Order: sequence, then C-alpha cells, then structure tokens
Amino acid sequence: MNEAALPVAISNYVGLSAVVLFIGVAGVMLRRNPLIMLMSIELMWNAANLLFLAFAKAWLNNAGHVFAFIVITVAAAEAAIGLAIVVVVFRSAQNVDVDEVASLKG
Amino acid sequence: MTLFWILGALLIASAVFVIMQRKPVYSVVGLLAHFSVLAVFYLTLNAEFLAVIQIVIYSGAILILFVFVIALLSSSVSAFAVGPNRMPRAALPAGALAFVALALLVYGISRAPLVTAGAHAVPTSALGAVGSANVFGSVADFGRALFTTHLLPFEMTAFILMVSVIGVVALAGEAAPYVPSLRHARAVEREMREAILRGGEQ
Repeated sequence: MNEAALPVAISNYVGLSAVVLFIGVAGVMLRRNPLIMLMSIELMWNAANLLFLAFAKAWLNNAGHVFAFIVITVAAAEAAIGLAIVVVVFRSAQNVDVDEVASLKG
Repeated sequence: MTLFWILGALLIASAVFVIMQRKPVYSVVGLLAHFSVLAVFYLTLNAEFLAVIQIVIYSGAILILFVFVIALLSSSVSAFAVGPNRMPRAALPAGALAFVALALLVYGISRAPLVTAGAHAVPTSALGAVGSANVFGSVADFGRALFTTHLLPFEMTAFILMVSVIGVVALAGEAAPYVPSLRHARAVEREMREAILRGGEQ
C-alpha cells in the first residue's frame, strides 16, 4: 500500500493545511481580540494535525497519529493557560484590546 | 475524491468564518464547525481514535473553556467587539505578501516528490503484522503504538498537563491564597481553645 491509499494526492492535503494555517496567521496578525487570536492559534494547531494524519496515512506509519495526539494535548494545555492569562489581564479592564496591554512586557 | 474537496471547502470556509466574526461567540460556533469537519477528515484518513478525540477534547473541552471565558468577561466588559482590523492600511500589502508566500509554498510542494511509492510503508507497531493496511489506524493499532513504541512521549503529556494545571491555578486562582504558616496555625489553635473554654464556662 502506498500513496494510492489516500483519496487524493498528498500535495492536496499539504495545500489545504497551508491555507488553513495562513488563515490562522491572518487571524493572529489582524485581529486584536485576544479570544479570537487564541482561536486562530487553535486553527494553526489543527492545520498541522491534519498534515500529520495525512502523512501517517500516506506512509502507513502511525507515529503521526501519536504525534497528533500529543499536539492535541499541548493545544489543550496552551488554551487553558492562554485563557487564564486573558482572564487575569482583562478581568478589570474596560475594553478588550491586546494593543493596550503592556503589563506583560516586564 | 469529491469528499476531499467538499470537506476542504467547508474547512476553509469555517476557518475564514472564525476570524471574520465581530463577536467571539460566533467565532466559537465557526470553530465548532471547523473541528467537526476536521473529525470527518480524520475518519477519511483512518484515524478513528483521533476523530473521536477531536470531538471530545476540542468541541467538548476547549470550546467550552472559550465559552466560559467569554461569558466571564462579557459580564464586566461592555465593549467586547473592537474593530476587526488592527492595521487597516497594512492589511492589503500584508495579505498580498502572505498570498505570495502561500503560492510559493504550494508551488514548491507541488513540485517536490513527497511520497515515493511504497518506500516508507513500514509498519511501526511492535507486532509487525499489525501495521498492515487493513487495520492501520484502528484503535488497537494506535493504542499499541502509544503504549509501546511511544510510551515516553505519552508519559510526558501527563507532565505537560500537570504543569498547565498548576500554571492556571497560579495565574487565575485567588488573589491571596491560603498560605499555611506556623503563626497562622497557632492563631487558629488559640482561637479554637478559647472558643472551647468559653463554651465550657457557660
């Protein structure tokens, strides 16, 4: 079994994943709502995950599945910590705008 | 074949929906659709276990976390929706640049021989026959790989999750947490003893 096991060529998966990744990058760069920026980061995690699974199938090697599993774990930890930071920083703020946050600069 | 393009279109549309919304709640709805489409994608890639995990962890846990934070912040913050563009004037050149980079990436990928037929089709699980095609990606196959070949990374996830739990509690916990100290313990003890004595006198 080889590439023919995939429904389409692997490059299609890479292209789709790249598009979703760039949508996530655009979300992080263009939005200033911290929650939507975090959601864009989730989009990027998932674009990478899709590629891991596509290559796992193409090579019939389930190390990609394990890596995707670990990526999901790290994404969950990242979301929890990111949302905690958002709650702490914006708990007392009047408007939610990351451009106006300087308390994390150190 | 057609399934790939339908799912891909849905995936991109829901991703665009996520970043174009003015209110984060609508973005969460878009993200829910995105994750569901991704789960179907994982099913087409023989990753049954990860498809279920995608629904349970992402749609079940992470999105609920987002919704909770939105609810928590919206009660005190009136103007949640700030302008959609951080750099309205820079958006056009930045978008053009990103598109060129993306086009280059896709072009380069389309030229590169990513998979040489069958060269890497090596079963990875401990029992060689399990890696064969008809059971690839089944829960048993995945579980065996996770608990034998990749046991150390799996154990590391426990450490990562523990660190993140401690971090969240330290960040968003009470402002003045209870710190046990000898003096505090003695004060509590004295208070209790006095209370008992007072009770005895009555």
